[in-house]
Amino acid sequence: MDFRDSPEEAAYRARVRSWLEANATPRRSAEDRFEAGMSDAEHIAAARAWQRRKAAAGYAAITWPTEWGGPGGTPIEQVIYSQEEARYLVPTQVFVNSIGQCLPTVAMWALPELRERYVPQGLRGDAIWCQLFSEPAAGSDTGGIRTRATREGDEWVINGQKVWTSGAHFSDYGILLARSDWDKPKQEGLTMFIVDMKAAGIEIRPIHQMSDEYEFNEVFLNDVRIRDDHRLGPECAGWKVMLSTLMHERLSVGSSLPSSLHRNLIELAGKTAWNGRPALEDARVRARIADAYLSQKGVELVIARSLTALSKGKEPGPEMSILKLVAGKGILDIASFALELAGPEGVLGHQDLGSEWDFIQRLWLSAPGIRLAGGSDEIMRNIIAERVLGLPGEVRTDRKTPFRELL
Amino acid sequence: MNFDFSDDQRLLQQEVRRMLADTSTSAAVRTVLEGKEACCAQVWRNLVGMGAAGAAIPEAYGGAGLGYLELCLVAEEIGRHLAAVPVSSSFYLAAEAILHGGSEQQKQQWLPRIAAGELVATAALGSGESYRGLPPLAFDGATLNGTAGVVPDGAIAGLAVLRAGTELVLVDLAGAGVSRKPLSSLDPTRPVAQLTFAGTPAQKLPADGAALARRVLNGAAVLLAFEQVGGAARILELSRDYSLERKAFGRQIGGFQALKHKMADIYTRNELARVHAYYGAWALSTDAPELPLAAAAARVAATTAFNFAAEEGIEIHGGIGFTWEMDCHLYLRRARWLAQSIGSEHHWRSQLADELVKEAA
Repeated sequence: MDFRDSPEEAAYRARVRSWLEANATPRRSAEDRFEAGMSDAEHIAAARAWQRRKAAAGYAAITWPTEWGGPGGTPIEQVIYSQEEARYLVPTQVFVNSIGQCLPTVAMWALPELRERYVPQGLRGDAIWCQLFSEPAAGSDTGGIRTRATREGDEWVINGQKVWTSGAHFSDYGILLARSDWDKPKQEGLTMFIVDMKAAGIEIRPIHQMSDEYEFNEVFLNDVRIRDDHRLGPECAGWKVMLSTLMHERLSVGSSLPSSLHRNLIELAGKTAWNGRPALEDARVRARIADAYLSQKGVELVIARSLTALSKGKEPGPEMSILKLVAGKGILDIASFALELAGPEGVLGHQDLGSEWDFIQRLWLSAPGIRLAGGSDEIMRNIIAERVLGLPGEVRTDRKTPFRELL
Repeated sequence: MNFDFSDDQRLLQQEVRRMLADTSTSAAVRTVLEGKEACCAQVWRNLVGMGAAGAAIPEAYGGAGLGYLELCLVAEEIGRHLAAVPVSSSFYLAAEAILHGGSEQQKQQWLPRIAAGELVATAALGSGESYRGLPPLAFDGATLNGTAGVVPDGAIAGLAVLRAGTELVLVDLAGAGVSRKPLSSLDPTRPVAQLTFAGTPAQKLPADGAALARRVLNGAAVLLAFEQVGGAARILELSRDYSLERKAFGRQIGGFQALKHKMADIYTRNELARVHAYYGAWALSTDAPELPLAAAAARVAATTAFNFAAEEGIEIHGGIGFTWEMDCHLYLRRARWLAQSIGSEHHWRSQLADELVKEAA
């Protein structure tokens, strides 16, 4: 048992380090954000440029096989790169969906000539992709998709509404799941397509989040026409195509969840006073700091176990399924407790309380979203109960019924 | 990155698991529960005989000379099977104190007998503050007087490491002036006794007493965390299995989301406790400066996890879980006993916070 790199991993890390040193600026602190003070357009332009440089150096999609234009690296190499890149002030979010899910789906399922066109283009940063799965009536129950795909000759006509689409407003293309057969049961009537996000009939409306940010969108599709050669996989195989996408995503361990928030608590508790003494001296405050560490370090250690599996060429074990559950609620609890440290002044925004509260206040407002994105806490508990503990699935009445009868 | 046990270590764990599944059965544990035996003699002989209990004692002193990582996995199995044996007293506490703080002569004299299982040793290293108002132990350099109020396995032990003031002393319990009084225990499968000394000959362990006690307790915290993790995992399995058998309202009760989510929460806490225990194992086995922090974290996470799993395990079983015949209460009793035995959760959470604040400074 040890936490050091193997000789091969250490050599890879050294290569990554020297490349980053020559190509990027180090972060001043973990709270530094690349896009701070930038317009969306500036941020996207910088992200495209960074993607191009990474692609040229073989770091843009490390685990992609050579037939997709990737270097055929290992998951652990991807993790090492991400760990090192996290220490630099570079745009890391814009291409996450493109590289992690959309383009692998295109690479696996598109016709060869389209694959040749889209995959290298996205890899080198010339096109950004988004994923159009969720709908107002298809959240946790993704199979409930109602966006309609109707065949007309060589084309499909798409009508419906997508929601929670990250980056739709700056994306060039999307992978779209729509219902092509309403007489089949819910998961069997879906088909996957490539959609041009600039096509006629697409309207994108940003979603104003409770955190006052705009990361997601609603996408309305009105008579959007897609050529049949832009279908991904066979008709009505959309569910299977989507699962292949998510399988690819599952291997991207080493998430960007913050894991040293107990240190923020210690710092803030040292600066705030309770009964004339630093709050940090209070036993109750210290107990909460200890609990914060247990969830934060726990997340880090669960990831370390998964990395160990990857490092040995195995798949991560079921313990990964607890990660988001622990992290989401943990972050919310820690952020709430940090705010309490400021007492009555804790109602103030960071503009008036002090810039050191900016990070915690943003975290507090984003944590409810972490608990929902990629599966709510309740869905995660079902997954643990059913897939890890082998407990029965939920009673369902919709598995065999034609979808149109469920409406 | 290699944050896991080796295949050889897992193999040893499997062997111990098979042996305990055969011998540390519910019926065997209950002979101790009901006071018919002081410990499970067969389980004790096997654990000692396979070199499992003595995994961390060097070969030079009669141990298996494997290491702490192996002992951690043995501990997990002991917890899993509720083994009613004095392994924690003899091996996690007493042997460790002698190994880290004894003179060469003391090590030679006692460790081989402990490793061979012919002598049960025990230790009480707490501060000596007593709710019952017992007088603290007093050591005058040669003899010991006073009372050690809670000594695990004190009724059957032949040797004790005890804290007297700031010193740790070694007491041959066959010596003069020793009287033993078995006490009631919330977990009768882990018996305790009160030992009173009147001019009993004792030897000082040469190492600094406070530092030695800290080192031994930190190690024991990691090892006991593995017992807790093992017990918590097992009661979750039993609860899961029962929820698949039991039907109510026309369904398996394990299909109800209220119970599924409860069990998912138990699993989540168990896995968090497990990774903290692993981290503690790493710190213990490498003698890392992080040991006081990692041990405290493992201890708190594992204590809360086992208590939660045992409490909710009864709840999942429903009425049958409240009966003497079901093993649920054995897990609840063991969880509570382990939670208290080397200092409460509050004590360890406070140590954890101290270490975190130190680290941040």
